[in-house]
Amino acid sequence: MKNVRDVREQQNTVGWAIEAKGLVKIYGKHRAVDGVDLAIRKGTVYGFLGPNGAGKTTTIRMLATLTKPDGGSARIFGHDLSKEGDAIRSRISMTGQYASIDEDLTGMENLVMMARLMGYKRKAAKVRAAELLMAFGLEEAAKRQVKNYSGGMRRRIDIAASIVVTPDLLFLDEPTTGLDPRSRNQVWDIIRALVNSGTTVLLTTQYLDEADQLADRIAVINHGKIIAEGTSSELKASVGSGTLNVQLVDAADHKMAVDLLEKKLSAPVHVSGDATLLSAQVDNSGLVAEALSDLSKEGIVISDFSFGRPSLDEVFLTLTGHTAGEESKPEEGTA
Amino acid sequence: MTDFIGQNSSRTQEIQLQDSIASSERPKPPGALASTLTFATRALLRIKHVPEQMFDVTVFPIIFLLMFTYLFGGAIAGSTAEYLQFLLPGILVMTVSQITMYTGIDLNNDIRKGIFDRFRTLPIWLPSALVGALLVDVVRYSMASAIMIGLGFVLGFRPEGGVTGIFGAIMLILVFSFSFSWIWTAVGLVVRSEKSLMMISFMVLFPLTFVSNVFVDPRTLPSWLQSFVEVNPISILATAVRGAMHGTSTIEQVVWVLVVSVIMTAIFAPLTIYLYRNKK
Ligand SMILES: Nc1ncnc2c1ncn2[C@@H]1O[C@H](COP(=O)(O)OP(=O)(O)OP(=O)(O)O)[C@@H](O)[C@H]1O
Ligand SMILES: [Mg+2]
Repeated sequence: MKNVRDVREQQNTVGWAIEAKGLVKIYGKHRAVDGVDLAIRKGTVYGFLGPNGAGKTTTIRMLATLTKPDGGSARIFGHDLSKEGDAIRSRISMTGQYASIDEDLTGMENLVMMARLMGYKRKAAKVRAAELLMAFGLEEAAKRQVKNYSGGMRRRIDIAASIVVTPDLLFLDEPTTGLDPRSRNQVWDIIRALVNSGTTVLLTTQYLDEADQLADRIAVINHGKIIAEGTSSELKASVGSGTLNVQLVDAADHKMAVDLLEKKLSAPVHVSGDATLLSAQVDNSGLVAEALSDLSKEGIVISDFSFGRPSLDEVFLTLTGHTAGEESKPEEGTA
Repeated sequence: MTDFIGQNSSRTQEIQLQDSIASSERPKPPGALASTLTFATRALLRIKHVPEQMFDVTVFPIIFLLMFTYLFGGAIAGSTAEYLQFLLPGILVMTVSQITMYTGIDLNNDIRKGIFDRFRTLPIWLPSALVGALLVDVVRYSMASAIMIGLGFVLGFRPEGGVTGIFGAIMLILVFSFSFSWIWTAVGLVVRSEKSLMMISFMVLFPLTFVSNVFVDPRTLPSWLQSFVEVNPISILATAVRGAMHGTSTIEQVVWVLVVSVIMTAIFAPLTIYLYRNKK
């Protein structure tokens, strides 16, 4: 067992899991994916971040050999996507956006079926299925039909079905959408465990903190194009050095505080519904201390302040002009 | 944020998780037979968990048989017992042909639910997903046949072909239906929803089963209709099944059924597999 892992780790230290150039997918007249380039190192987690309809699923489906690209080319572990589908399929696995499990079967039956389809013998398949159910905290639900599972359990059995044989590359399409924080953490643990054993993970998400937490590198995709790429810190740095949030004690100070901050930071101050809550983008973090002391000199009392590097939310807003939750394609379905 | 179960057990869980992932070695991909049997097992398990789906192969045949025997028996043949001798083979053919479309519906559901995508990323002989399901459908066709013939006996059906004749007839029906199912799998891969598939199959099956020799002797029909009835595959099967059951079967009748079956399979099986591989 140890050997298998060592070898895998060795393989993973060099080279690319995915190299894609100019991937295009057209539905009718709509360019769902419009020239995507990717280079993903073996053994890393790559986050694909984008709003609804951005083209995340379509890109993943092309890379997983499920949809033929209308343009561009890709190599998965060096295998040509258009010619070596079988070789690619033997090394990848995919957990789709919606649970792709037979809901009428029990969790156990589903995993045994997958294990058999991966080539396990009858008995070994049962052992493997039981082991996975245990590891994924599903042993009590093993004999229940999947249609009676909660959302979090469904997601876990779905991922379990994808890693009956640990793949070298796993595609996870929105693995935590709709899950509560606890279930989300469980899924994150699974992803981390996979990465520990050398699997490369390409995951899509609409949640910025998820990409931030898990991904080594992130691509922000919108309207079928990658509009930014880099590590989470690089992306954040591209938006400026951070945001200053100030909480005033007295709403009466509002006007004066806004004026002072805008003058000092030479940046607009955003005011939310609450007049005591001010925030501003800061390009030069050295000015933050000065701005705060200016406030106190004028006798403005603040109850709280924070200076943080920008969240990916802000990155997304800056890059796309709208937040991640909003639809990217208003005329969706024109095809 | 180890907010689940508590520090300790979450730690063991983590170790279990890591082990379960690290311990998996890749076995050799399954052969065509093993994967086909796995898909057949899946279909059998689905019957176990959703027994309602067997309504179509148990209750419907019973209703059909009773309805047509008593509704038309007196009017068309003068007596129900006499009409039953003529009707039962035909109505058996009709019922089983109609069940064939459920293969397409199951496949269509798999596609919409995404399981299909999972199967397609596996390193398996792809047609096994379809062949496995079709094999279990053959079991369903046999069940429908057994139920109908059993009830027929109760109602007074006395075939002269004996046991051999009946088995021969059922074999013909199974071969034909297996081949016929490929049409619905092909259609099931193309249409958007279960509803459209139902519509299409109804539009095809309704005229095909009724404008045939299942209910009436074609000699009573106008000649243009008569020529359609003669080339209608359902009539070809019904003729052969009647022949087998009543001990009057000819080589020609049997050969025609086989020819029709081979043609349907030769066209629609490769088409289905092609569509399956190249979906979207
Ligand atoms: N089979 C299809 N036929 C026609 N249009 C499609 C098809 N699949 C996707 N599209 C369109 O392509 C665009 C990208 O869709 P895709 O599913 O890749 O987005 P996504 O980023 O995964 O979105 P979401 O977050 O909603 O899952 C959308 O505008 C969608 O309507
Ligand atoms: Mg998607």
